[in-house]
Amino acid sequence: MSEHAPGGGLVAHATAAAAASISVHGLTKRYGEVEAVRGIDFEVAPGEIFGFLGPNGAGKSTTIAMLCTLVKPTSGSATVAGFDVNHQRDSVRRNIGLVFQDTTLDTYLTAEQNMRLHAELYGVERELVEPRMRQVLEMVDLWERRRSAVATFSGGMKRRLEIARGLMHSPRVLFLDEPTVGLDPQTRSSIWTYIQELKAAEDITIFLTTHYMDEAEYCQRIAIMDKGVIVVLDTPDALKASVGHDRVTLETDDDAAAIAAIAERFQITAHLSEGAVIFGVASGEYFVPRLFAELDVPIRCVSVSRPSLDDVFMSYTGTTIRDAEASAGDQRRAATAAFRRSR
Amino acid sequence: MVASTATSEPTRPAAGAPLPVPAVHVPASSLRGDLRAVKIVWERELIRFSKDKLRMITSLVQPFLFLFVLGTGLSRLASAGTHGVDLRTFVYPGVLCMAVLFTAMFSAASLVWDREFGFLREMMVAPVRRSSLVLGKCFGGATVACFQGILVLCLAGLVGVPYAPVLLLEIFVLQLVLAFTITAFGVMVAARIKQIQSFMAVTQMVMMPMYFLSGAIFPVSGLPQWLTILNRLDPMTYAVDPMRRLVFNHLNISAAARRALDPGVTWWGWHVPTLLEAGVVAAIGMICLAVAIVEFSGRE
Ligand SMILES: Nc1ncnc2c1ncn2[C@@H]1O[C@H](COP(=O)(O)OP(=O)(O)O)[C@@H](O)[C@H]1O
Ligand SMILES: [Mg+2]
Repeated sequence: MSEHAPGGGLVAHATAAAAASISVHGLTKRYGEVEAVRGIDFEVAPGEIFGFLGPNGAGKSTTIAMLCTLVKPTSGSATVAGFDVNHQRDSVRRNIGLVFQDTTLDTYLTAEQNMRLHAELYGVERELVEPRMRQVLEMVDLWERRRSAVATFSGGMKRRLEIARGLMHSPRVLFLDEPTVGLDPQTRSSIWTYIQELKAAEDITIFLTTHYMDEAEYCQRIAIMDKGVIVVLDTPDALKASVGHDRVTLETDDDAAAIAAIAERFQITAHLSEGAVIFGVASGEYFVPRLFAELDVPIRCVSVSRPSLDDVFMSYTGTTIRDAEASAGDQRRAATAAFRRSR
Repeated sequence: MVASTATSEPTRPAAGAPLPVPAVHVPASSLRGDLRAVKIVWERELIRFSKDKLRMITSLVQPFLFLFVLGTGLSRLASAGTHGVDLRTFVYPGVLCMAVLFTAMFSAASLVWDREFGFLREMMVAPVRRSSLVLGKCFGGATVACFQGILVLCLAGLVGVPYAPVLLLEIFVLQLVLAFTITAFGVMVAARIKQIQSFMAVTQMVMMPMYFLSGAIFPVSGLPQWLTILNRLDPMTYAVDPMRRLVFNHLNISAAARRALDPGVTWWGWHVPTLLEAGVVAAIGMICLAVAIVEFSGRE
């Protein structure tokens, strides 16, 4: 089952199968011609914060939709909180909380009405509705605003309210699909604060997706997904260590000549990304002096950085996540992505 | 529980220690849970309607136009044929049905909006039967449409229909049945049609013929055969006809007027009784409801 996981993270965790919070085997989903998810396997341990990282169109939302029983898998199986998503849909639903990528609030209602509606749908005991609502709304700092119509909320407030609502019925597994997409940096970081607090306060497993590299660092383990498959799965630190080299970024007068020269002198494949020449090399700071000595193309600027998850993504997929997004599809998809981001 | 995986997690001390809230436990599916779902979905429709004051007023415009503008304007033309009965009294039952028809259909359209704005997903992933969601939606739409019907019922006195308690009750029950059926029909359509523009186009295409063919603005006897057939196929016919009969039962008019204006619906010469007519409307509603439930339960 580890054929999709060159990083080996899968194998290490396969032993936890019995107690796993989420366990996925050979899951696929096909929409007509499009194979959105192409056979993925992974396990998430109870209490873990597990992230799916990948560009738009990688199949992250489709995976969540299958795990929360909204979409039937084309093939493969999965259990969530110990229940089979194909055959025990109601049991799965009782035990999960969901925050979708696009908002699912009733904006005509107040925050409190949205919460109560959710509590009723999930059969939360009457006497617990009020205290639980207070607890989760206070956690996301919305208790004072509970009587305001959701239509008057900012994007960040709506997202916080959705997180609180997803927690209303004390789910064992919380799914967050791109919880921070389209939010300003400050709000993004506060959302992460809530997630950390939640993790400390409750016995809950968190499964989230993101296409922000920096956010994946908050996860205990991440699976990098691209074009429907998991390319690698491990802890962020292990992934970064596996890259094994630093990233050197150059600005030159003639990028094409520089790339050719680097290939010829050092047998290193460099490439152009966002107007800079980029390549990986072990011990970058010792390499830079040689670069100046041996490269005849004028260099305007140089920087060396420790591997980031961007480099991990690059080293496993051969492209940067931004380039993957840009080329991920036709203009329509690019347009929707931009639209999503702009909201 | 602390994660078993060995990773340094970004450190930030938990601000709030667990609050003293007993653990929430989501119970297994039960009739009680489903009833709670029906009730909350129904309540939501009412809350939304109560916040939409503009809609209450605008949906009264059309009945007003038909009753007072068309009714008054045409009354001189029609006076020869109405045997002394005010044309507005004659069209009143039809106008009442129209108010219910349009409001109910509009309520069903909210399901399409729910899909568009994502809220439908919140309901679809809940651990309750889809049938309770559909039922709640239909009851909600029916209640809202009935409320609109009551507003039109208040106008009865202005067009010579007496405020007799029995009559009001009978009309109320009948319009409740109609409201439920139309909402169920709209919900059934909304299960299939996902775009609001298409939904509006389809319902316009269905509602107008339904209204005009139903006998809301003409007596249903002595029509050309093609119109008779279409009229008998129109579900609205079976709501307008008994409603008119109920109204005319409480009027003091000549037998000739009664025969001309309220001939009653016939099937191959047989007079369809009032209760059966109401039964036809209810049965159509149940069929639409069943189809809607199947549609929503089957979806992913
Ligand atoms: N309902 C659908 N019908 C057809 N294609 C779909 C549907 N949902 C998703 N897809 C396609 O599946 C692929 C994966 O989509 P998605 O899971 O939304 O990716 P992500 O969440 O990683 O951005 C995309 O190519 C998308 O166009
Ligand atoms: Mg997505």
